[in-house]
Amino acid sequence: MLKPDLLIVGAGPAGMSAAIVAARAGLKVVVVDEQPTPGGQIWRGVEANAGTSRGRALGAQYCSGLATVRAFRECGAVYWPSTRVWQIEPTLGTYVTGPGGTRVITPRLVLIATGAQERPAPLRGWTLAGVMTVGAAQILLKNPGSVPSEAVWIAGCGPLALLYAHQLVRMGGAVAGFLDTRPSTPLRESLRLAGRAVLRSSGELAKGASWYAELRHRAGRYVPGVVDLQALGTDRLEGVRYRTAAGRVEEIRTSLLLIHEGVLPELHTVRSLGCEIQWDAGQAAYRPVLNEWGECSHPDILIAGDAAGIGGAEAAVHRGRLSALRILQRLGKVAAEPGMTEENCRTALARALALRPFLDRVFRPRGEIFAPDDDTIVCRCEELRVRDLRAALAGSVGPNQLKAFTRAGMGPCQGRQCGLTVAALIAAAEGRQMSDVQPFRVRPPLKPVRLCDLAGLADEGLSS
Amino acid sequence: MFRLLEDDRGRMESTVTIEIDGYPVIARIGETVASALLREGASWSRTTPVSGARRAPYCMMGVCFECLMLVEGEGLVRACQTPVRDGLKVERQMGPRKVGPSC
Amino acid sequence: MFDCVVIGGGVVGSAIAYGLASHLDSVLMIDGRDSEPRAAQANFGLVWYQSKGVGMPAYQRLSRLAVEEWRSFSEEIEETGGIPIEFAGPGGLTFCLGDQELEARQTILSRLAGQMERTEIGMLSRHELERLYPGIRLGKDVTGGAFSALDGHVNPLRLLMALQQGFVNAGGTVHRGRRVDGIEVCGGQFRLHLKRSVVHAARVVIAAGEASRVLAEPLGMTLPFTLQRGQILVTERVGPVLPYPSDRIRQTAGGTIMIGGTKENVGRDTGTTANAAASLAARAIRVFPDLARVSAVRQWSGRRVITPDIAPIYERSSRFPGAYACICHSGVTLAAYHARGLAKRIAGYGSWDDVQKFSARRFDVQAA
Repeated sequence: MLKPDLLIVGAGPAGMSAAIVAARAGLKVVVVDEQPTPGGQIWRGVEANAGTSRGRALGAQYCSGLATVRAFRECGAVYWPSTRVWQIEPTLGTYVTGPGGTRVITPRLVLIATGAQERPAPLRGWTLAGVMTVGAAQILLKNPGSVPSEAVWIAGCGPLALLYAHQLVRMGGAVAGFLDTRPSTPLRESLRLAGRAVLRSSGELAKGASWYAELRHRAGRYVPGVVDLQALGTDRLEGVRYRTAAGRVEEIRTSLLLIHEGVLPELHTVRSLGCEIQWDAGQAAYRPVLNEWGECSHPDILIAGDAAGIGGAEAAVHRGRLSALRILQRLGKVAAEPGMTEENCRTALARALALRPFLDRVFRPRGEIFAPDDDTIVCRCEELRVRDLRAALAGSVGPNQLKAFTRAGMGPCQGRQCGLTVAALIAAAEGRQMSDVQPFRVRPPLKPVRLCDLAGLADEGLSS
Repeated sequence: MFRLLEDDRGRMESTVTIEIDGYPVIARIGETVASALLREGASWSRTTPVSGARRAPYCMMGVCFECLMLVEGEGLVRACQTPVRDGLKVERQMGPRKVGPSC
Repeated sequence: MFDCVVIGGGVVGSAIAYGLASHLDSVLMIDGRDSEPRAAQANFGLVWYQSKGVGMPAYQRLSRLAVEEWRSFSEEIEETGGIPIEFAGPGGLTFCLGDQELEARQTILSRLAGQMERTEIGMLSRHELERLYPGIRLGKDVTGGAFSALDGHVNPLRLLMALQQGFVNAGGTVHRGRRVDGIEVCGGQFRLHLKRSVVHAARVVIAAGEASRVLAEPLGMTLPFTLQRGQILVTERVGPVLPYPSDRIRQTAGGTIMIGGTKENVGRDTGTTANAAASLAARAIRVFPDLARVSAVRQWSGRRVITPDIAPIYERSSRFPGAYACICHSGVTLAAYHARGLAKRIAGYGSWDDVQKFSARRFDVQAA
């Protein structure tokens, strides 16, 4: 049984940054991550891509991750790649399965840095083969460097959709059309939210504006204000139907549709521990209730990075460092790096987050996502439609009983794709705010685990 | 549905061959089974145990559980989290998996 | 003013309310909030009699009656509730690992046989068990098992839904997400205080699981019980491979395999532990080694209400006529009886004599 000072779940920007600070200060740190190499989703494959033409096409921000990955490799933290955490008990007993088999880790403190997942965007036909997320396509761009075989249709809203289109074009792919589902927002109101950050972040804003301009120029078609999006097909995707801002219904033929409606904190691990969460109206997402160090309602668990609330890679780095500083303080250590102070981290974090309210407002998801029509599948695993859930809603007392009665969230994905929609359906049916509704409980194992792997623990004499 | 970028196609030294439902599929070292599958004509990964509908890799980051395949006889394996290696045998998972003396 | 209010919307309260609705004009069922402990939603789903009532023939007979009634009851409830409940009664097994378990099981069977003429329960050899499970191997430690032709299983969540729907369809009223703060008696009637309202009733049935004690006490009914945590594992869906349910492992109609039954005295802790998962999985593999590579997808726990002799407590207040209480841990098996025999008697038809044996006063006698 491994007994480190600190266990970090996730080797993305936040997890790596925290590990570097903590390990350099002399703590025994273990980092577990599902991917074979460090970097998280944002810097996925950066060690292989940096310095290549692909790396250049992916952009400077992407390649900047290399420095953190290298520092992480050398910091002295024990790093277990290709390893999944399938249970953390409230006593912090943590169970993982990876290339070394199934193991138990009992750390003094845990930092959860599980990042983000794309917002489930239920639409009719979204389970068809041929419908994928933009994030999935971007992962393929990073490794092995594959692009849609034909000019691709992209539908959605959010910086990632624009970034992907930009990267794809730079790498020699083509965009057939972009169905922009972003609701129109008065620009002045959004800019006011950004406040003085606009001045400081003018470069970022200009970059975003140029992606938009490029998209309008390079995409075969650019359709703003798209609603009523649906994927058509029987055995696989054959086409897409949507309504334009002008109210015209259009249909296109395609075998691949990439969708994206923003990102959400990945809260599965956090919620399985019963840590308190709250609805963040600005980000239209649940986030953990945290103090300024990333400490949550469980006394020995901290949360950093996008899992703490969407902030992007740079904010994740600083949140990771701040949590690490707090951990050092609690365990009676000090940071080894001279400039690694709370004040510096807070200043940098504030700068990294300055533009966030503006982005959240501009890319606020459309209402349809929370109230899909009756025919739309909500729970992909159990193939439950909105109508199935609405029918059971009247006869149940809340999200947990609704889950029990319908099986929504009981499949292998454990509600990662339906939990938010189910909560939204309950809120709508009962005329309540999202802040007043909790998603259904998360049960272990966090990822499916073979019975023989579980039984192996009994052989080790762990079972009383 | 996907293709490798032109400049990467030449690197044959970095490829392996995996088997999907008995057919050889060329894959790049370091990529996942799901990413190799997506370059195939039939890029679906399984049929559901509920209705038998076909599903394909959707999120590629391990949170949707749509790319579940049988890898070397092991069921419920996420193809998007499974790196390729030479000779790896993969099958599409058809409905509920079979359990019995043969497995 | 209701003819009867049933406090508790679990499988016990729902079955009683469902049964009462066909005898009384106005029945109200009060169900609690989503966050409250709900043993009915953590249930394993056995319709089971083969291990019940050792040393208590009345409970043995009651369980037998219930499993026999289940066949027609399942048809009735599917029709009135309009929801398929996945009941199957092919018989059920208790597997024995090693000689010690085999002997212990034989002892239980002979004690049960001493209490009833034809129990319909017998021991099967390993060879006979193998013939019952042609699609899967038995582990080398399996020495035999007990088989009861009357036992079966059901989807407990669908049963709960069907009971509640059947109740509503029969004219019953449900208040959901409510909590009963106290019960007053005045002029032979019951006044139930809810958060923002008061409900009047001629009869009241307390079937609120572990919350029952505090409600029943002021009405002159004492309910001795302790809490026992049970953890359950469930696997991914697999093709049909287990034709018979057993006491700790069964395959559902949907194909998932449920592995149950830890018995832990940990008070109100509702957590799950990897230790329990490990021991549940290890035993399942010892019985069916071919399950080793099947994946668990979910684990949960529930709290059983355990009376001193495991049998249910059916209480009728002598001080306040019209007040009843029912607590038990076999709500699924006994649902057929609760909906029929017990509900009928609470409604005022038939003799209470048989039910009297299940009063908590039986424990006073033992103490004396």
